[in-house]
Amino acid sequence: MDRTKKKATKVQVVIVGGGIIGTAVARELSRYKLDVLLLEAEPEVGWGTTKANSGIVHGGFHEEPGTLKAKYCFPGNQMYPQLCEELDVCFKQNGILMVARTPEEMDTVQLYYERGKERGVNVRLLNQEEVVAQEPNLDPGIIGALYAPEGGSVMPFELAAALMENAVQNGVNFRVNAEVINAWTEDGKKYLETEEEVFEADYVINAAGLFSDDLARMFGDDYFSIRPRKGEEYIFDLSVRDVVKSTIFPVPGKISKGILVIPTAAGNLMMGPTGDNVDEKEDLGTTQDGFNRVFEGAKSLVPSLNPRQIIAQFAGVRAASDRGDFIVELSPNVPGLVHLAGIESPGLTAAPAIAADVPRLLKEAGLELEQKEHFEPRRRDVLRFGSLSREEQDALVKKDPSYGRIICRCESITEGEIVDAIHRGARTLDGIKFRVRAGAGRCQGGFCQPLITQLLSRELDIPVTAVTKAGPGSEQVKFVAKELSEMEVAKS
Amino acid sequence: MKQVHVDVAVIGGGPAGLAAALAAHSEGAGRVLIIERNVELGGILQQCIHHGFGLHRFKQELTGPEYAQRFINLVKETDIEVMLETMVLEVTPERKIYAVNSQTGMLEINAKAVVLAMGCRERTRGALRIPGGRPAGVFSAGTAQRYVNIDGYMPGKKAVILGSGDIGLIMARRFTLEGAKVEAVVEVLPYAAGLTRNVVQCLEDYDIPLYLQSTVIEIHGTKRIEAVTIAQVDAQWNPIPGTERKIECDTLLLSVGLVPENELSSQAGVAIDPVTNGPLVDESMMTNIPGIFACGNVLHVHDLVDNVSRESERAGMYAGRFAVGSSNPAPRRIKVVAGDNIRYVVPHEVSTTEPVEFFMRVQRPEDSVVLDVGGLRQLKKTSVRPSEMLDVKITPEQLQSLEGDTLVMQIVPQKEA
Repeated sequence: MDRTKKKATKVQVVIVGGGIIGTAVARELSRYKLDVLLLEAEPEVGWGTTKANSGIVHGGFHEEPGTLKAKYCFPGNQMYPQLCEELDVCFKQNGILMVARTPEEMDTVQLYYERGKERGVNVRLLNQEEVVAQEPNLDPGIIGALYAPEGGSVMPFELAAALMENAVQNGVNFRVNAEVINAWTEDGKKYLETEEEVFEADYVINAAGLFSDDLARMFGDDYFSIRPRKGEEYIFDLSVRDVVKSTIFPVPGKISKGILVIPTAAGNLMMGPTGDNVDEKEDLGTTQDGFNRVFEGAKSLVPSLNPRQIIAQFAGVRAASDRGDFIVELSPNVPGLVHLAGIESPGLTAAPAIAADVPRLLKEAGLELEQKEHFEPRRRDVLRFGSLSREEQDALVKKDPSYGRIICRCESITEGEIVDAIHRGARTLDGIKFRVRAGAGRCQGGFCQPLITQLLSRELDIPVTAVTKAGPGSEQVKFVAKELSEMEVAKS
Repeated sequence: MKQVHVDVAVIGGGPAGLAAALAAHSEGAGRVLIIERNVELGGILQQCIHHGFGLHRFKQELTGPEYAQRFINLVKETDIEVMLETMVLEVTPERKIYAVNSQTGMLEINAKAVVLAMGCRERTRGALRIPGGRPAGVFSAGTAQRYVNIDGYMPGKKAVILGSGDIGLIMARRFTLEGAKVEAVVEVLPYAAGLTRNVVQCLEDYDIPLYLQSTVIEIHGTKRIEAVTIAQVDAQWNPIPGTERKIECDTLLLSVGLVPENELSSQAGVAIDPVTNGPLVDESMMTNIPGIFACGNVLHVHDLVDNVSRESERAGMYAGRFAVGSSNPAPRRIKVVAGDNIRYVVPHEVSTTEPVEFFMRVQRPEDSVVLDVGGLRQLKKTSVRPSEMLDVKITPEQLQSLEGDTLVMQIVPQKEA
């Protein structure tokens, strides 16, 4: 293992990875008198698998008994209302409906019903009439369903950002653009190296998602590996918002929960995801074949879906492990190293419960934990202009005129909100889109992107040509006008 | 919240809104207000710095900003009020408008008549579902046009343009003049989607290749776009295996259609034509909501601004009349139907008391045909193209001679006519 000349900074606990798991752990550990640092490879937290998550807070009835997925999913679900309330993040508790088209499928639904009941999940069986009454736009061939009213939706990126903000409020440090390029143990100490710095850590939490096996290997743990599995999702225009109330699941297949129809917390309807094993951990391309399968699946649930109303699509890669279950454990080989790996679905739902279990693991590893006298559980969201009444909007603009300048016309997002997002850590066009939805609407930034580019340039004091979509290398406009034509003239 | 009362409120200060406001004012409407979200009037014309505007209206080749300025100057000579940097958030069926700006805060504008003139937006990569990664460097052509012509930045130096709509053609030339290399313009149709003059002046004059019946089937690159794969398509627009070709580029521009921006209209209860994506209107350009009128690209996408101005003057005139209470409901209604090789006709319904100008588009190119206006008028055309809007004027007398209550607009071969 390479050693470095950089001087090591001592930290008690280093969390590697700022996805939903890493940020949830950061916030959990911020309750204690600890020196905690989170390292994130991307320009902002929540940018890996998290941002491409379906955003479903699962009911807790799907998982095989005896698995860690089962252990953490339902408790995680139960933590969501309070968590989102404290963090001022929208939790849309619109329920989950698993629908059956044949008596055989209804038998399977019955099994999930019993599984849910056993765990204490609030589940109900609906007959055909009840399904129609609750969801009139579903395929008429559906004969019954399982309803879990306590399932719901969140915007996963928003939640990760909120968890991080709250952790920082409570004293956690974090670095972005800080990929761990090297890690090793020496004299019982653990070292982590980024481009800029080296850290000496007493405890390391491996929440590196898709790259958690790579990090484990750097420390000499090669007993698990990540099997990347891609999912494509397709988003509809906001005008398609009221087609279904709950998230609609088919009866699941062997590998995945199937193609779903999802009313997202942001209001848009979404369909997906596919579940395809891929070779590349960063294979985020969408495909025609993926679309065909998603649309076929979604249309069999909701026949009225019209592909012409799709405004955007994306793909994410699940960090599934070769164990087929979550890995939440102390390294058997490296003292003080905690692996939180293989967190595929229902990882978002399970995240708060997994995070809440981390203090136990750290204690087991010998860390003494003492609660802070004052932990601030509350974080305030960006003030969202669109959520205010006309009178409140009027008062806000009079107080701060930047809220009177609408930048994103599709979603009515103001300059005030965008500047707030930048002050909270948004550094890129995508970061602003994820945080405040400017550019996430039907014109997909066609009108507002040049204006947001100007705001990023102004607030970060960087040239327009340095403004990126998603970090270095993704500059949107590369040249000042005339620069190119002058280069041509100079050549000739 | 500031309350404002006006006779006619025009939403949008582009070419449609300017012409409508002027016409409403001439019609005697006392208080006419233009609400514009941008920092200046003129709409999208301000970034269309190429020439070719106003050939019909002014018999001159003007640039976009010059064309707009003629109308802006006329507005300045009147007492028409203008609110800039003001965004309309909501329009109610009772013609109450909620708008916001930094200086005043929220405004409640009560209008006797409202003219919708919000224009259109560009279709996006997401709407087309082009497979592949989602790197930087993919722009709708109009966004790129704004970056270059308003903000003064060049997106990249090696571009592929998908779609041969007018903005795409114009941008192919603009990029070339700015020192970039345009590798290809790719069009799914068997003919160019934009005006013939733009194909000649923007592509042929600069030796930019146009690939017809082809499309982009994959975008390559994770951070910045690195290449696209294009392929030929069959009649159903499915890629033909074996025809794939990878073209390196750092920029992809999309000029794949425009969509009228009718979110405010729908909110107000305005009924939308699924073909035009714009409101259904009668001969006075009034929608199904009394006192709410529509014109310009929010009504249907035009290719010539001259037509926008003419159509909008009619909308403004009738809105002015409505506001001062001098319009009379027409006695006999005629429904306008799109017949053979007609994709749509605007207006959708007319009376027999007003002169009407119909605007329409054909579904497919045809040569040596006759445009038959319900048997009332027949116009010989050497060729018709979906990209070139047709218009025809009809007098009340002609309409009165129509038998029945539907007028069928159709294209027929010349020998049959």
